[in-house]
Amino acid sequence: MSTEVATAPATKAVKVNRIGLEITTYRGKKTTLCAGCGHNAITERIIDAFYEMGVDPYQVAKFSGIGCSSKSPAYFLESAHGFNAVHGRMPAVATGALMANRHLVGIGVSGDGDTASIGIGQFVHMMRRNVPLIYIIEDNGCYGLTKGQFSATADVGSKLKTGVVNDLPAIDTCVLAIELGATFVARSFSGDKKQLLAILKAAISHRGSAMIDVISPCVTFNDHDGSTKSYSYVKDHEEFLGDVSFVPFFEDITIEYEPGTTKEVTMHDGSRLLLSKLPEDYDPSNPIHALRLLTESKHRGELVTGIFYVNAESKDFIQLLNQVDEPLNTLPIERVRPGPQALEELMEELK
Amino acid sequence: MSTLSSRNGGMTSNGQTAVNDFNIHVATVNGSGSQTSNMVLLRSIFQMGIPVCGKNLFPSNIQGLPTWFTIRVNKNGYIARREKNDILVAMNPETAQEDVRKQEPGTIVIYDEPLNLNQLRDDLIFYPVPFDTLVKPVCPEAKLRKLVRNMIYDGALARLLGIDMAEVEKALKQQFKKKAKAVQLNFEAAKAGYQFAGENLPKQDLFRVERMNETQGKIIIDGNSAAAMGSMFAGVTVFTWYPITPSSSLGEALIEYTKRYRIDPQTKQATFAIVQAEDELAAIGMAIGAGWAGARAMTATSGPGISLMAEFVGLAYYAEIPVVIFDIQRVGPSTGLPTRTMQGDILFAATLSHGDTKHPMLLPCSVEECFIMAGEAFDLAEEFQTPVFVMSDLDLGMNYWMSDPFKYPDKPLNRGKVLSAADLERAGKFARYKDIDGDGIPYRTLPGTKHSLAPYFTRGSGHNERAGYSERPEDYKNNVDRLTRKFDTARQRVPGPVIDEKPQAEIGLIGYGTSHWAIEEARDRLRDEHGMPTSYLRLRAYPFNGEVRDFIHKHRRVFVVEQNRDAQMHSLLKLDFGAAEIEKLRSVCYYDGLPITPASIVRGILSDEKAAPGARPVEAVAKVLFA
Repeated sequence: MSTEVATAPATKAVKVNRIGLEITTYRGKKTTLCAGCGHNAITERIIDAFYEMGVDPYQVAKFSGIGCSSKSPAYFLESAHGFNAVHGRMPAVATGALMANRHLVGIGVSGDGDTASIGIGQFVHMMRRNVPLIYIIEDNGCYGLTKGQFSATADVGSKLKTGVVNDLPAIDTCVLAIELGATFVARSFSGDKKQLLAILKAAISHRGSAMIDVISPCVTFNDHDGSTKSYSYVKDHEEFLGDVSFVPFFEDITIEYEPGTTKEVTMHDGSRLLLSKLPEDYDPSNPIHALRLLTESKHRGELVTGIFYVNAESKDFIQLLNQVDEPLNTLPIERVRPGPQALEELMEELK
Repeated sequence: MSTLSSRNGGMTSNGQTAVNDFNIHVATVNGSGSQTSNMVLLRSIFQMGIPVCGKNLFPSNIQGLPTWFTIRVNKNGYIARREKNDILVAMNPETAQEDVRKQEPGTIVIYDEPLNLNQLRDDLIFYPVPFDTLVKPVCPEAKLRKLVRNMIYDGALARLLGIDMAEVEKALKQQFKKKAKAVQLNFEAAKAGYQFAGENLPKQDLFRVERMNETQGKIIIDGNSAAAMGSMFAGVTVFTWYPITPSSSLGEALIEYTKRYRIDPQTKQATFAIVQAEDELAAIGMAIGAGWAGARAMTATSGPGISLMAEFVGLAYYAEIPVVIFDIQRVGPSTGLPTRTMQGDILFAATLSHGDTKHPMLLPCSVEECFIMAGEAFDLAEEFQTPVFVMSDLDLGMNYWMSDPFKYPDKPLNRGKVLSAADLERAGKFARYKDIDGDGIPYRTLPGTKHSLAPYFTRGSGHNERAGYSERPEDYKNNVDRLTRKFDTARQRVPGPVIDEKPQAEIGLIGYGTSHWAIEEARDRLRDEHGMPTSYLRLRAYPFNGEVRDFIHKHRRVFVVEQNRDAQMHSLLKLDFGAAEIEKLRSVCYYDGLPITPASIVRGILSDEKAAPGARPVEAVAKVLFA
C-alpha cells in the first residue's frame, strides 16, 4: 500500500475510506459493557471491517437478541438502523427484514445463551435457510446480565466463580452450523485483532449466512481459573487453522504463497479469501474436513480458530424465494395489487 | 312410521314448509371422498337459485374417523346452523346407529342398506340404498370405488328432492376443473343413485327443492380463501406462517393466488415472499421484521399460535411495528377441539403480551368482510404502526358461504407516516417516538433510507422520544400515555358498528363475527313468534366507539351474544364502560364447539326475560370475568 507522507501538512488530511467516509461514521454510542469485556473488542473490529470494506452505513441493518452481546449493536454503526429483538429470536426478525428489503446488508450480534440456549431453534433454521446475514456469536459461556449462570456453550467441567461445575456437554455452534448446511463458518477470539478483522471482512463479502463464533471472555463472571472461556485459557489452548488473509475486490494486491498449503476462495463480490498454512489436504469447501477437524481438536483439548468452511456458490434464501430485484417494501401499488380483471376472473370461477 | 297422511299439506309436522326449507346432514368417514359429493350437492342446489350454506363438522384426523357435513337449504336466506336435521345421510357404519337414535321423529334417513338402520326406530322415514351393489358396474376399478361411492347419495337425493341432474353435472365440472374423466366417473355414480331411487324408493316425504332466483350472480367461497384474496389485493408482500388448523387453508390459498397474479410477467419473479416458518414464534418474528423494514407483512394462525406469539406481539406494540395477524379461532384452551369453532381468543388477543398492551381487532362476520377487512387491517396496521388482529373463526374460515361477488378495492394503500430522505431533508429533524400531530401516531423511517437523520435503534426496552434507551420514569410514562392516545385515535378509524334499531324495541342485542347469522334469525323469531322486537348492534372492531355506549343507553336490557363460555366480549365492553352501561348488559353464550344456533339465542334471551326482569338468571347467562 502506498504510504506517501503529505508534503504540506498545514491542515492535517482527514483519513477516509474508499467511499469518502471517516471512521467516526462507523462508530456508535459509548459502550455500557464492563471494562475489558471481549465484546467491546469485537465491536471495534466490526467498525474497522465495515470502514475498510467501504460499506455505506445507511445500507446496513443491525440486529440482536437479548443479553450483554445484544447491546453491542448500539456501539457500532450509529448511522445504520438497528433492531434489538426478543431473547433468542433475532434470526426471525432479521429474516423478515431482509426479505422486505433485499438490498440491506444485515449483521446480527447474538450471544451464547441467546443462540445456543433460548435461541437454538431459530439459529438452526436460519442456518438451514442460508439467510444473507453476518451472524456473530459473542461467546463467553455464561449469562452476564443475570450474574453468570452457565449457557449451553459452557464446556463440561468448566467452573463458575461460586464453584459450581458444569456437567452437561457444550453445544458446538460451528459443528452444528456446518451440519445444517451453513455456508460460512468460522471461530475466532475477541483478542485476536488481525484474524477477527480478516474473518469479518470475508463475512461482509459473503452472500449467505456467515456464522462467526467469537470467544469473548466475560471479565466479571467467567474469567477465572477453571473457566474454559477465560483470556488465559484461550491463550493457552488456541490453535490456528492456518492464516486468514483477505483481499477486497477493490484492491489489486498480489500475495505470494507457498503452493499446496494455501486455498484461495473467490467471494461473491469478487474479493479473495486466502487461507494459508492449512494442514495438508485440508479443504475448506469440504464440510467433512471441517467436522473432522472440530471433533478431533476438541478431543485433544484444543480450541481451534479460523475459517473452517466456506461455500461461496450456494444460493441464499432471498435468491431461493425468487424475489423481484427491487426491494418488496417499496413496490408501487400497480405491482402489488392485481388489476380488476384478476378479481373478475376469480369471482367468475366461484359462481 | 311417520307418513304423508300425518302431515299437514305442504308443511312438515313442526310447521316448517317443506319446499326449499330443510337441512341435510351427511355422516361419512373422513378421507372417503365425501367432500366432493357434499360440495357437488351444495352447489347443485345453489345453482338452482336457492340459498344454501355448507358446514363441515369434522374430526382432527386425516382418514377413517367420522365426519359430518350439514347443508342448510333456506328460501329466506337463513344460513345459521340449525339444531334439528330433516334429512340424514348415514354412510358411516361406526356412527350410523347413534346418528339415527339422535334424530327427531319424522327425519328422513338415507342409509347403506346392509346397515339395517330401519330396525332401530319406527318413527323415521327410511330410504335404503345398496351402495356397494350400485357402485360396482359404474366403477370397474375397485380401488376408486370408495371415492366414487358417495356420489350415489347425491343422485338419490337429486331424485328424491327434485334436484336437476344437469346441475349436478355442472357442479362436478366446477369441482374437478378440467379432469373430464373424473367428472364422467362421478356423474355415472350419481346417475346410478338417481335411477335406483326412481325405481325403488317411492317418495314418502314432502321435502323438495324448487327453482328460485336468489343466488343469481352470487359466489360460494370459504372465509380463508376470501381473506387470502383480500390480502393479495391489499398488496401483501411478506406472508410468514406455520401450519395450524383451521388457518392453514388461508396460507395455501394465498400461495395459489399469488402464484397466479403476483409474478412479474417480464422477469417471472415474485412480488411477494411467502415463508413457512419453523413455528409460530418465527412466523410472527419474520412478519414483524418485514413490517419494520416496510413490507406489508402478515401471518395467520389459531389459538395455540396466538399463545406463542404473545411476546413478539408485545414487542411490536411497544416498538410500534405494523403487522397483520389473522386469528382463525378454534376451541381452546390448550389443543382443545382443533376442528371445532369458537370465538375464544377475544380477550386474550385484545391485550396479548405482558405489560399494558391493547391491540385493534377487526371482527368479520362474512366472507365478504374477510376480503374487505384484510385490506383494512393492512391500512390500519401501517397507519397506527401496530399489530392488528383479524378475528375470524373456524366456522367462517373453513365453511362454505354464499356471497355477493367481492368489489374491487379502489382506495389507495395507506402506508402511514413514513418519512423519505427528502422528507427528512425538509424537516431537518426526526424523533422516532415524538407525537408531532397530537394523535399519538409518531413518524417512522425505514432501514435503507439514505439520510443521516433516518437511522434509529428499535428496541423492546424502555425508550425516549428519540428512540434512545431510557429507564427514566417520565420517559416511560410519556411513551405509554402516547400509546393510549394512539389507541384512542383508532376508535374513530376502525370500522364502526352496524346498527339496526327498532323503534319499539326495549331489548338490544350486541353480536359480532359468525354469531351474526344466528342472531339475525333469532331476532326474526323473537319478533314473529314471541312478539319481542329487538334492536341489534354488530361490532366490527375493537376498540369501541361512542355509538356502542349510545346503543346501550337506548335499551332497557342488552344481550351480548357470543361463542365462548366466559362472555369475553361482554368483559371487554365492561372494561370500557361505567356502571350505567354495565348493569344493562347480559350474556348469551354458546360454547359446545359447534356453530351457534338461532334457537340457543332465543332460549337464552327468553329465559332471562322470564326469570326476573332486571335480575341476572343463573342458567342462561355465563359468568363474566371482572364481574
